Amino acid sequence: MSKRILIDPVTRIEGHAKISIEVDAAGKVSDAKFHIVEFRGFEKFCEGRPVSEMPGFMARVCGICPVSHALASSKAGDRILGVDVPLAAVKQRRLTSYAQILQSHALSFFHLSSPDLLLGLDADPKTRNIFAMANNHEDFVRRGIRVRKFGQRAVELVGGRKVHPGWSVPGGVTTVFPKEAADELKPWLPEMYESMDLALAWLKKSFVPLKAEIDAMGDFPSLFMGLVDEHGNLEFYDGKVRVVDSDGKVVADALDPSKYTSWVSEVAEPYTYVKPTFYTPLGEKLGMYRVGPLARLNVVKNAGTPRADVEMKDFRALGQAGIVSKSFHYHLARLIEMLHCVERIEELLADPELYGTRVRSHAEPNHSEGIGYCEAPRGILWHHYKVDGDGKVLKANLLIATQQNNDAMQAAVKQTAQRFVDPNNLSEGMLNRVEAAIRCFDPCLSCSTHALGQMAMSVDVRGPGGELLAHRER
Amino acid sequence: MSVKTLTIDGKMMTGVEGDTVFTVAFHNQVQIPRLCHLGGVPDVGACRMCLVEVEGRSKLSASCMTTIEEGMVVRTDTEQLREYRKLLMELLLAEGNHVCSVCVSNGNCELQDLATHLGVDHVRVPYRHPRREVDLSHERFGLDQNRCIACTRCVRTCDEVEGAHVWDMAGRGEKLHLVADLGEPWGNSENCTKCGKCVQVCPTGALFTKGSAVGEMEKDRSFLKYIVYGRERHQWVKKP
Repeated sequence: MSKRILIDPVTRIEGHAKISIEVDAAGKVSDAKFHIVEFRGFEKFCEGRPVSEMPGFMARVCGICPVSHALASSKAGDRILGVDVPLAAVKQRRLTSYAQILQSHALSFFHLSSPDLLLGLDADPKTRNIFAMANNHEDFVRRGIRVRKFGQRAVELVGGRKVHPGWSVPGGVTTVFPKEAADELKPWLPEMYESMDLALAWLKKSFVPLKAEIDAMGDFPSLFMGLVDEHGNLEFYDGKVRVVDSDGKVVADALDPSKYTSWVSEVAEPYTYVKPTFYTPLGEKLGMYRVGPLARLNVVKNAGTPRADVEMKDFRALGQAGIVSKSFHYHLARLIEMLHCVERIEELLADPELYGTRVRSHAEPNHSEGIGYCEAPRGILWHHYKVDGDGKVLKANLLIATQQNNDAMQAAVKQTAQRFVDPNNLSEGMLNRVEAAIRCFDPCLSCSTHALGQMAMSVDVRGPGGELLAHRER
Repeated sequence: MSVKTLTIDGKMMTGVEGDTVFTVAFHNQVQIPRLCHLGGVPDVGACRMCLVEVEGRSKLSASCMTTIEEGMVVRTDTEQLREYRKLLMELLLAEGNHVCSVCVSNGNCELQDLATHLGVDHVRVPYRHPRREVDLSHERFGLDQNRCIACTRCVRTCDEVEGAHVWDMAGRGEKLHLVADLGEPWGNSENCTKCGKCVQVCPTGALFTKGSAVGEMEKDRSFLKYIVYGRERHQWVKKP
């Protein structure tokens, strides 16, 4: 008789979800699924609103990556107005994008995932969290909190507030970047570099003890998709889309992100509120792709900044043909991107164009459709609006990173459950490994369903008749 | 014009016949909460925020609609009044769709400021979530009926100050809404002079400059005094 194990809720992720593990009559794991159980409806209730309000409105989709939503939304608005954004505004937007990716990655790595890596996947759940870690690893925890603080403060200095800044608008931004802000941010940089170096060294040390997990927590072939700049390097704000496969072959290059509908498809699945996506030319099965830090580093030639480029060599060495397919290495990719962000922030603060005083282009809506995109912390993000002649939103479509990673997360959960979960001798550590596989992707569930966020997650183990065998919930 | 003496909140005050309790209190630095009152245009008593207790009357009175009488004893700030004003505010918030976080007037809104002043930290009645329209047909300005509290400041200002009478109210209850030129899209109004006075007097983000982003709409009310003083005293100075 088959069974089902339920982990509900899954913890230390951004949003509400559960995992169900199906057990067959022979007592083996036959399938596992990651269910995102929220619904929110942002695309629906923005209908009828002025497009000028969209960036501030859409920033509210997420409290972790509001800047990405505001930027993608502003860029869609720029297209609808049909204006070129002043250079100073573009630089401000870029600066906040780097700052936000830095703080979001810090949250994922230091606050959510490091307890698994530092204390071990079998550690007592009571102590396997950042609060308990603060007792024994105070310097590490403090550094993580301060990296996040630096990122949040940079967002606040540019955008007026740490969370949901509303300064980015269709046509540019509303305020000139103050010189004093640079004076405040620059002294932080040496500490940021030091913290990133320490975190990288420490993560690499964990590769040996965690080898079994690294090899079986989401190691599978897939496509990788991300934005690249004109040199083929890391790009978070603009650029073109490149798709590569696990053998390092470039499947598609220089795709125009504003034509995403011709090569990305969304589908609805009964087990989740997320609409998974696939790369249309290869079909639903072969078109599974990953986005986010791991995918971005896989598609680029180089990071494009000196310190991050050094780390890229170590990253490449972990894979074959320069492509790293083990999902665990999302963590390493995240740290390299954080280092890259600090370098880019330093560059931008020294750039006189950032301080330009012409920051906004004004126009009435001149186009009926606009597509905005950028790299959010978890992967490429699209906002697509259609408006009427007065600039009222008729239709909106958001395509979010966690949506695009959905199929890869399902594969990672299944692989991890089959490798580590023994339904007959269920232990907390086994189920935590399944959760840890999900944490590699740092999914943001409120973003992906554009849905109401309630923290927590769960795991189910079910038999062939659908009966509940075990249920874990926190 | 005879002078009348009355007591407001225990203090003796004087006004001339025909003055309202609100005006006398205002000139004696007693601030009574209000949303629909606007200096320079006639009062209508729409918002009921300025309710006061008058000794000898069993009902509460809207101070902007109550003329002073000799020997009147008025209380403007009692426990009961504070509770009623709080409930009135909650009813206003529940009746429309007032989402400050994504509103163009966030941080510059009289409704928001008053709610904060009254200590409204939650709404005890169920939200109505009415379906209301946004009108962006005008060349310069927008109207969001979701944020309208039916104070009629715009109606009175357009009629009395600009003399165009573009605005009126239609419907009842939660369906009460602003109409331009007997229900035309605002952009089709033949009477509208595009002066923007209605936008500047609106206490919320219901009327706004087109293209405003969240929190970006700041109203300038000084112009109204400028016009009124200019007309009445023939003093065309910015700060009379």
